[in-house]
Amino acid sequence: MKHSIWKDYASHKYMFLMLLPVLVYFAIFHYGPMYGVIIAFKDYKILEGTLGSPWAGLDNFRELFGGYAFGTVLRNTLIINFYKLVFGFSAPIVLALLINEVSVGWFKKSVQTISYLPHFLSWVVLAGLVIEFLSPSRGAVNMALAWFGIDPIYFITEPGWFRAILVSTDIWQTVGFSAIIYLAAIAGINPEMYEAAEVDGISRVQKIWYITLPSMAPVIVIMLILNSGAIINDDFEQVFNLLNAKVMEVGDVLSTYTYTEGLLKMNYSYAAAVGLFKNVVALILVLTANYLASKFSDETIF
Amino acid sequence: MATKMNFGDRLFLIGVYAALLVLVLSMMLPLLQVVTISLSPPKVVNSYGFHLFPTVLDFSGYAKVLRYDAIWTAYGNTVLRTLLGTAITLLLTFLGAYPLSKKRLPHRKFWTGFVVLTMFFSGGMIPTYLLVKGLGLMNTIWALVLPSAISVFLLLIVRNFMIALPESLEESAKIDGANDVFILFRIVLPLSLPIIATVGLYTAVWHWNAWFDSMIYIQEESKQVLQLILRRILLEGQDVSVETSASMQAAVSTETVKMAALVVSVLPIMCVYPFLQKYFVKGTLIGSVKG
Repeated sequence: MKHSIWKDYASHKYMFLMLLPVLVYFAIFHYGPMYGVIIAFKDYKILEGTLGSPWAGLDNFRELFGGYAFGTVLRNTLIINFYKLVFGFSAPIVLALLINEVSVGWFKKSVQTISYLPHFLSWVVLAGLVIEFLSPSRGAVNMALAWFGIDPIYFITEPGWFRAILVSTDIWQTVGFSAIIYLAAIAGINPEMYEAAEVDGISRVQKIWYITLPSMAPVIVIMLILNSGAIINDDFEQVFNLLNAKVMEVGDVLSTYTYTEGLLKMNYSYAAAVGLFKNVVALILVLTANYLASKFSDETIF
Repeated sequence: MATKMNFGDRLFLIGVYAALLVLVLSMMLPLLQVVTISLSPPKVVNSYGFHLFPTVLDFSGYAKVLRYDAIWTAYGNTVLRTLLGTAITLLLTFLGAYPLSKKRLPHRKFWTGFVVLTMFFSGGMIPTYLLVKGLGLMNTIWALVLPSAISVFLLLIVRNFMIALPESLEESAKIDGANDVFILFRIVLPLSLPIIATVGLYTAVWHWNAWFDSMIYIQEESKQVLQLILRRILLEGQDVSVETSASMQAAVSTETVKMAALVVSVLPIMCVYPFLQKYFVKGTLIGSVKG
């Protein structure tokens, strides 16, 4: 038995040699940190390293769930991500439907090209744009508000507005590029359905409601299930670049908290525990979603 | 067809065009504003109101940014990491995707699982940081290109693409006496070029935009990347003036300098974006219809 396995590898040695560097990469840079996460159950000391540091059992997790800060951070994360999921998920579907209604070729192309653009810019650049755009003295938003006689609002530093800014700028960045898959789904709809409906004198809105949306349903449901992990996985680059001292109480999320605790305050073990908590919850969500996805696609086949 | 449109349809279409216009404006106006401010003298910048088109042209913001050495060094570092990072990613992704696409690879299912598992669970920010530190990669370019060298998602896309290639091509080449190396570089590689180009583009944009790794792994000022220097200027308010007199500083608004730095850093992406856009769209669709 053992012999034949060795022969298997020997006869495909070049192919396995090709794969080897890739396996080594994953072993070091992905399985390495997975092993390193044991520091969440230790009291990590820089000089003693991951192996040498003394075990601390569940102390870090007790501190985590007992402390005040973590509750706030978890609440912020869940609230922000919930709104991102609800609005951010439906926005690209709506955009795809809107783009599909446009018959003027150049307009359609321009809308697509421009709306994909923010997807290719870093959050450093996007944060710069957002702050300028929302500026109380120059920003277009406040200028428009002033036109209606509303006093300028300091959106970025106002706790009451900050979460709304995170949600809306998230949509702003991702809506165009996320619409691509729905546009492809719309393009796949049989045109005969529309032709038949036109004979019956159906309106444009009715066409969307009775033909386009139901035809997109399988794609929409699968995308929703695949996106469910997003309820706990926050967008570090976005939040970190927009976060400031005045909105910490409403905007600090799990990943920014991990960064502050771990890399700034060097509470490595405690921060690793925060990260581990997040990753375990995300894993459970993804596995549940995959289970539901397989169930769902089974049902649609028959 | 258009003549048959009733009042409701027409109203609906007006709404559609208006909504799309608002979306496009929300993306174009901030960009216009940034460009205008980067080109305006302080008295315009500090005045209340819209700044969508430059009224008075003033290039001193750009002069100041371009005289700031750290930006040029950072530009070089970003170009270097983008080239090296993309090359490593392409090589490793190709090396991994081919064997995993072949049924004859021993324990293919196990090795695929070994790779795919990392998509669902990771050690997280802190253990990764400690690992990079432990490997002695701090303050080297390897800390920027190695930890993220392979994206499982892209690897699977390439693998699926290779699975879809007709097996008969390789078989007929074998009958003609071609060896494995010849098959790989003369048959598989050329056929996979479109998908490899997509992976290359995604990776290059990712590297161009990355800054967090540079922030935590690199302490030496001369090795920082462009996005991080930009972040300091834009969001942390770092001064870019190099021993200029007080009068010179007063002549340029800090806002102008910030916006000039922003324009300088996005210019390369803006220049190539219109030409490459369709490849990105294609790439997304290939990825979403994986079997």
